[in-house]
Order: sequence, then structure tokens, then C-alpha cells
Amino acid sequence: MSARPTFLLDGVEVPFDPGQSVMQAALAAGRHIPHLCYHPEFKPHGSCKVCTARVDGRMMTSCTVPAEMATEVESDTEELNDLRRTLVQMLFAEGNHFCPSCEQSGNCLLQALGYDLGVMTAGFRHLFPDRPVDASHPEILLDFNRCILCELCVRASREVDGKDVFALAGRGIEKHLVVNAESGRLGDTNAAAADKAMSVCPVGVILRKREGFHVPIGERRFDRSPVSDQASDFAPRKPEATRG
Amino acid sequence: MGFSGISGRVPRVQAVWAGRPANGQPSKDAVSESPADLEPKIRRIVTRWGHEPTALLQVLREVQDDLGWLPKPALSLVARLLRQPYSRVAGVASYYAFLCTEPRGLYRVLFSDNVTDRMAGSERLLESLCHRLWVEPGKVSEDGLVFVDRSSCTGMCDQGPAMLVNGRAIPRLDEARIERIFELITSRVPVPDWPSGLFVVENNVQRADVLLGHGLEPGDPIRAALQRGTRGWSERPANERSWREAYVGAALGPVATLEEIKRSNLRGRGGAGFTTGIKWEACRHATGTARYVVCNADEGEPGTFKDRVLLTSHADLVFDGMTVAAYCVGASRGFLYLRGEYRYLLEPLEAVLERRRRDKLLGEGICNQPGFDFDITIHVGAGSYVCGEESALIESLEGKRGVPRNRPPYPVTNGYLGQPTIVNNVETLAAAALIAVRGGEWYRGIGTLKSSGTKILSVSGDVARPGLYEYPFGVPVQQVLDDAGARATQAVQISGPSGICIGSAEFGRRIAFEDLPTRAATCSTSRPPTSASLRTRAAASARPAAWVPPCSCRPWRRSAPATAPSTSSTRSTA
Repeated sequence: MSARPTFLLDGVEVPFDPGQSVMQAALAAGRHIPHLCYHPEFKPHGSCKVCTARVDGRMMTSCTVPAEMATEVESDTEELNDLRRTLVQMLFAEGNHFCPSCEQSGNCLLQALGYDLGVMTAGFRHLFPDRPVDASHPEILLDFNRCILCELCVRASREVDGKDVFALAGRGIEKHLVVNAESGRLGDTNAAAADKAMSVCPVGVILRKREGFHVPIGERRFDRSPVSDQASDFAPRKPEATRG
Repeated sequence: MGFSGISGRVPRVQAVWAGRPANGQPSKDAVSESPADLEPKIRRIVTRWGHEPTALLQVLREVQDDLGWLPKPALSLVARLLRQPYSRVAGVASYYAFLCTEPRGLYRVLFSDNVTDRMAGSERLLESLCHRLWVEPGKVSEDGLVFVDRSSCTGMCDQGPAMLVNGRAIPRLDEARIERIFELITSRVPVPDWPSGLFVVENNVQRADVLLGHGLEPGDPIRAALQRGTRGWSERPANERSWREAYVGAALGPVATLEEIKRSNLRGRGGAGFTTGIKWEACRHATGTARYVVCNADEGEPGTFKDRVLLTSHADLVFDGMTVAAYCVGASRGFLYLRGEYRYLLEPLEAVLERRRRDKLLGEGICNQPGFDFDITIHVGAGSYVCGEESALIESLEGKRGVPRNRPPYPVTNGYLGQPTIVNNVETLAAAALIAVRGGEWYRGIGTLKSSGTKILSVSGDVARPGLYEYPFGVPVQQVLDDAGARATQAVQISGPSGICIGSAEFGRRIAFEDLPTRAATCSTSRPPTSASLRTRAAASARPAAWVPPCSCRPWRRSAPATAPSTSSTRSTA
């Protein structure tokens, strides 16, 4: 019998392949660990900290910490979910997130996680930042109000598209997403609607024009079932080709 | 910009206005320069840095030195010449606090905003200068002449309050100096022409022990390391490969010296206290195409200034330590990452490097040992506390935003450009140089069982004699207080704001890895202002120890960048 090594996630054994991180192994086994900056097709990034779990007692980002034989991982605990709720609340307070009018409502990971963690209010004073939208591109609209700085579009554009269309600028509370043009307009970059970067946004920053509400609200991905029931959909996989 | 831009926070305008020079004098303004004018300047800078994308931060820093700020056309040119996306260049330019992507005037005045500066009246002096200049902190004056703001600790706590003017440090501020500075600014005297007396920085070494009183000649540690390996060694080519792979039996010099470092039980002086010998050995044994030695002189923890003094007066010992480290691990390239606040040390340090190259202590065939090649490049930071963390520092060395990396992998296996890299604190490398000469056994005999050697403490605050105090590990806090002339002390903040605050009942505790712990929260009491308060670079964590004033009930804002809470961003450059 070629038994795979396992670790314990909240008391239940999870098998893993060498090289997998705790979260990759958990998701592949159908066990959900809340996350935002993780994407099944990309190398874990460890920046949103929502996936923080206790690995043998130490707080670690489960997306980046390598799975090790017989370690004990605590994830679904009141302590950790409280901290996650606070992180999600801070994201809601920091940007301008108006779910009822957002085209991504129902497909948005932040919203889904908010529901899943039972976030009832933002919990902090809203910052209401001034972030103008960018409609300069013929096919893509950028609504920076919803950006959670997960850098997925940055990574996708660099690693898959080879374009560097997106980057982060500024620091601390001033940190923000920028595009690769002196004018600051997406229309002046070589971005194309078929780019991988245009399909990885977990929230509602990168929107395709003229495609709004093709699927009615109420019938969308996270309307049908909570994100925590969709762990297997987040299991690691190779990047899908998006262009011919 | 009109008067409406000036808010009510700046009163008593008229008196100052009379003393202002006539407007209309042309200011050096990059906006007025066309891209065609910019190109030769920027091309020269980029060429000097070899068109290396890793030099992006250094290029931007020098472009800003020339233009005063970084306009978009300049960023575009840098991006084009370095073949980097504009977004990356803009991302780096907007990350570092000392890089300005909007005009900041001819004179950029930054007041050091550390608790000791505040105790010494920095806020009052800032207000005074702003009144005279008729500016608001954080805003450029309406004629585009001057910008005044606060900055995190500039490493002058023993001679505060201090400021940086266009990157140059002016310590010991008082009303007279503020008046002088006001006159120089309003008469538009270029900063390089300001009286040199303003820029004099004292060393204030109050107690020297084996390190600060080393008495070694430049190169002694390197010659000692080479000497240690002469048996069966000198006849063979000493290239990197032979050290580590091909002639293991022959590699006596590096191995013998590494054994001395391990025997000394030297632990990192940067914060985490990692055992230096183990770090070096791990790097030596890691696989890679090149190895790197990095000296972490991003002394950012508020209250610390020992590295400033080491680099001012003992630069040769530090470079000797880097060269010995390179010899041990098999590196041929090293970096000194100098914090932006110490930019004024760049030219003297470059001169030391140049002299060492002439003396065959750097470059190819060091000390006439064939194959012993090593050289050092200085990279200057640009205002980022988190770059003191080793993985963020490496990112910054690569010309990127100083964001910590996920670990593992650690820098000893995947550091600079993904290659094995050791990052050591300035004091650690100086101590390693000393060990190369005197031996590990000797060093281990100093200090305590678990903490060998000496520690340089940066003492500041409410004491009669602030400055550097070097003690063997195990010194009680009370003795430091007595020696520094502290009276009726109520509390001592050790290891800076990230350290631990102790009250008088605990002054018998000792500075050592096994006693005063490495990390703890900042704390201050709110009793009447009667007592001492000082900050020291404490042994415990090798974080700067700050002796917080009991009188300080003001919130002490640390200017660390607000990165996401991270399990991997502890400040640890042993």
C-alpha cells in the first residue's frame, strides 16, 4: 500500500503530496480554508492572511506553509474565524464595496467570504477612498473601488500573459493598483480582453464591458452554495490557456 | 497656488512674510525640463549602474538627487533604458518614503520623529521653523521653495533633535540652529554650501570594549583567516569551486575560519539572535551558481545608532568582516545596504572601499591569494523601515518594492537573485572580523554562557551621557544606567518600540539572550516627568533598546509601513 503522508486538519487526517502547502492539500481533499489572494492556478502568495491557521500551535499562512507529516493544523476555530472576520471587515471598510449594485455580486469571493464568516457590519469606520474608475479600454472596465490588493491580476499578467499590465504602487494605506502606462489609463496599455489577467479578479475590479448581468443575480456561483462548500473547485490546477 | 491653500494652522504670518525673499526667482523644477533635456542625465546614471534592473532603486535615487523629484517622463525614461515596465518603475518610486513622485520644493526638511527627539523638543522646533517659513507640515510652500515634514527616527538619538535636509543629517537642533537654517533656506543657499559645522555628527562612544577598541589594522582579519589555512592550501587555486566542491580537503582556510566562528558561538546582533556560524555554513553548503554576502546597515529600529558609528569609525573592520564571510562561504560579491538616512556616509564609505581595492583587500586576488575575488557594492535605501527585515532587504537590493518574502525558502538557500545569500548585521560582521583574528575560544570567554562576546548599546533619552556603551554580555541594566548618568529612573525601554519596557524593580536584570527577551511590546508609564528615560540598543534582541520616558503618555507612532499582518515579517537580520 502506498499510503500518502497525512497531517491533521481540525482533527481529521488530510493526505498530501510532497511540495503541497497545507491549503493546497486541504482544498484538494475537499476541505475549505478561507482565503482571498489564493488562486488554484497560481503559486500561493501569502498576502491576504485570511488563511492563517495554527500549525503545531504557530500562526502561519496555510497557503504558503509546506504540509508536513503528522503536523496538527487548526483552522476552523472561533479564535481564527474571529480574526478572519476582522480582516474581511477591514477590507470592506477600506474600499468602496456596494454589493447590491455590483456586477460581481454572487460571483465575488469577498462577498461570499463575508457571508460565510457571518460578517454583519463593516465594524470599522468606512474610509470611502476616492478611486476613479477607468473606462478607457474598449473592452474592459476597471473599478478600483473594489480592489483588495490580492495581486492576482499582477501575477497573471506577468507570469501567464508576459505583459506586466498591472502593478502595485504606493505603500501602506496608500497602496493601490496601477496599470502600465504613464497616463495611468488601461486604454494606453497592451491589455486585451483575452488576457488571463482579465479573468482572475476575485472581486469586481476587472469587468468585461457589454457582458453585465448575463447570469441573473440569485443564480450565480456563490448564490447557489456557500464558498465553504466549494472547496474542491479551488483545488490546485495548471493555468488554463486563455488564448489561442 | 494661492493663499487659500494655507490653513489656520500657521498663524503669525505677517512677521515672517516681511523677511521672505522676493518671489519670482526661478526654482530648479523638473517640470520645465523637456524629456530631451532629461535623457542625457538619466542615460548617464543608468549607464553608470550598468543598465542593471537590480539597480532600479539606486538609479531612481540618483535621478531624484539631480532633479529634486521624479516626474513621470523621468520614470518613463528610466523604464525604457532599464527595459522594465513603467508600472514596475512607478511602483518602486511610490513605495519608498524618500522618493517623491510630486514636486517637493528645493529644500526638503524632515524632522526625526522619535520619542527621544520629541522629549528634546523636536515638535516645538518643527513648529518654529514652519512659522518662520510659513508652511504647513507635509505641504510644499506656496512658492515651491520648501517642504517640511516628520520622518521616522534618523539614528541621531544621542544628539537629537535631528533633521534631514535634502537627505543630509543635521543633529543637535535648537532655536539658534533653526534660525540659521531658516536664513539659509530663504537666501536659497544650496545645501552643499551650508556651513559644514551644521552637519557634524558626534560619535559619542562612552564605553569601548574589545570591539570598539579593537586596535586592528585594515586587512588583519583577512590575513589571519588566510594564515589559518596555509597548510596544504596556498599551492592550490583558491577559486570558489575548490573551496566548496572539488578540493574539500584542501579548503582549510575557509573551513578553519568558519570553525572559529562556530566555536565563538557568535549570535546575530540584528534582532533574531541566530547563530552566525550555522548561517554561514548553511550558505556555504547550499547549491547555487553564486553566493552573496550582504551587510545589513538599514538600522531602522527607532533608537539605534551603533551601526552609524561603526560605519563612521570602524568601516574597515566591517568590510574585513564581510570579506572574511565571503572567504568562508565562497562569495565573490557583497552588498552593503545603507539606510537612506545615512546617505551622508556614502562618499566616505566609497573612499574606504577604493582604498581597500588599492591595497589588495578587495577585488581580484585579495592579499595576493589567487582566486580570492570579492568586491562590495553599496546600495542606499530610501526610507523604508521594513527593509531591515532580511527578505525585504533582498527585494530592495534587487531594485524592487521592499516587501518581505514568504519563507521558507530562506535567504541562505534562496536569497539575492534566488542564490544562497547571508545577511548579517553590521555589528555581527565586525565581531566576526575580530574572531577571525583572536579566535573563537577567546571570544567565547567573554560574556555569558549562552551569549558570548560584547554588545554595543545605543543609550539615549533622559541620561547625562547618551551614546554608545559596549559591555560584555550579562551586564545588569542598573550598571548601564549608572554609567550613563541616569538618575531616579522609572522605566527603561529595551530594544526599541518592538522591545520590552522594564521598571525599576527589574533593573537588576541582565542584557543577554537568556535574560531580557528578544521581543516584547512597547510600554510607557504616565507618571510625572521626573525620571530618566533612555533608549539603548539592547543585547537581548539586538533591537535598539529604547528607554521610554515615564513622562511620555503621547502615542508613539512608529512609522513602519502598514503591511498586512504577517507571520513572516519579523525583523531578523542576525
